[in-house]
Amino acid sequence: MISELKASIGSDILMGLAQAAGAVLLCAVVVALCRWQAIRVEREAAVSMARGLVQMVLVGMVLAVLLHGSLMVGALILLLMMVAAAFTAARRIRGMEGALLLCFWAIAAGAGTVIAAMLATGSLQVDIAVLVPVGSMIIANAMNSCAQAIERFRAEILSHVGQIEAGLSLGAEPAVTVAPYLESAVYASLLPRLDMMKSLGLVWIPGVMAGMMVSGASPLYAAIYQFVVVAMILAASGITSLVVTILMRSRVFTTGAQLALRPTDASASAAAAAKAPTAA
Amino acid sequence: MTKTTTSNDLAQITTPADFIPTPKAAPVVLETRHLSRSVGQRLLVQDVSMAVSAGEIVAVIGPSGAGKSSFLRLLNRLDEPTSGTVLLGSEDYRSIVPRELRRRVGMVMQTAFLFPGMISENIAFGPRQRGAAMTPAQIASLLERVGLSGFADRAVNNLSGGEAQRVALARTLANDPQVLLLDEPTSALDQSSVQGVEELLLDIVRERRVACVIVTHNREQARRLSNRTMVMEAGRMIRIGATREILHDL
Repeated sequence: MISELKASIGSDILMGLAQAAGAVLLCAVVVALCRWQAIRVEREAAVSMARGLVQMVLVGMVLAVLLHGSLMVGALILLLMMVAAAFTAARRIRGMEGALLLCFWAIAAGAGTVIAAMLATGSLQVDIAVLVPVGSMIIANAMNSCAQAIERFRAEILSHVGQIEAGLSLGAEPAVTVAPYLESAVYASLLPRLDMMKSLGLVWIPGVMAGMMVSGASPLYAAIYQFVVVAMILAASGITSLVVTILMRSRVFTTGAQLALRPTDASASAAAAAKAPTAA
Repeated sequence: MTKTTTSNDLAQITTPADFIPTPKAAPVVLETRHLSRSVGQRLLVQDVSMAVSAGEIVAVIGPSGAGKSSFLRLLNRLDEPTSGTVLLGSEDYRSIVPRELRRRVGMVMQTAFLFPGMISENIAFGPRQRGAAMTPAQIASLLERVGLSGFADRAVNNLSGGEAQRVALARTLANDPQVLLLDEPTSALDQSSVQGVEELLLDIVRERRVACVIVTHNREQARRLSNRTMVMEAGRMIRIGATREILHDL
């Protein structure tokens, strides 16, 4: 019976599972090293690895079924990925009303615009086997930028409440008072993507390029195409960070131009602000 | 003759009896009407009605957590009242665009919170927000007024606490406010700087005839600076009246 099961699975999958076991073993060693230094990450590492493996196996199974599906199916998968990405990013701004929608619009604007542009220019094939993996890379990076921008913008505001209120007290518009913090949040969120671009080919040769070469594409074309993908990732991240910080900026002030996000009573103020009468 | 009033005696409040440097007919510039603010279940300010006239300094004193700073923040609408309102002249301040309201009701905080850059840029910040440019001569004149001649082109980094607070005051005055709100402006300063800033405040209020509300934890400072004193406790105004009478009774 075991031999029948083995025959039905295929040798490449068995090899993949063996490689996954090896990777898990190596991570377990790292977790043990952390524990030796009194850094307790075992639970989170176990949950993350289990989730990651299950999610990837499920995605693999879904893709295997949908490999020859239509563009609409691919678009639906990408839309679901954007929703999942918005849920993940929105966790960074718990307590802010409409955070999920805010993240969704930002990720959809960034990743959606770039994927549409790539499809329109022929940089991305209308083939679910290409569209979903490349689209997911763009969405994942947009999600990371979104979360990093939100976190940085929030932290900058919370640590500059005095400066912001000094500006408001001098008659500045809310947008003016947080402009330096918005700028630094967008910049900080793009730094990993800029570093990724700088190190392209020197420090790492990304998976898309490797995959294209394995499947017989010319190395030069694969290299140029990889640059296109990384550039699109940067573009999607930039749009996402800009949109999310601009949308968030309008939420951290009330209609009366009062700063609602404050260290002590952030959530209470936001709630009070929601009830505040409309300003002139 | 001076008279001490309570929160229920609004008629007495709006025409301060003991107002030495200002004529009794000085117009009321800022008036609060049943001003309250609560956050969740916490009542920060409860039903405060008072008024400040041109050229007058009202000190707000009380124990920590009494709601003094919360009250002050309501006056330029940095926080939103949950009930009641503030009149600026005869205008309900909710009908004034926040940017214009805060130009007219300037605030100096406990910490100067200067913006990175040159002192001249800090001074010109307020007018620039409404598209008005200050000339170098105007900036120099304002700095001279606060005792900082020749400081225009200096960076804000290396100022002492007293100098930074003077720049913050000059920055607020550049907007030519009708009302000056001061939230413990000298609490972070050494004694020599305190005296200088206090003298400057008195001179400016006299010269410009601004209505001034100062929050202080220091009764002696209230005695030195203010015409009237308002005592707060648990968010309520429990007394208001001539400073020497209020402080004598406490």
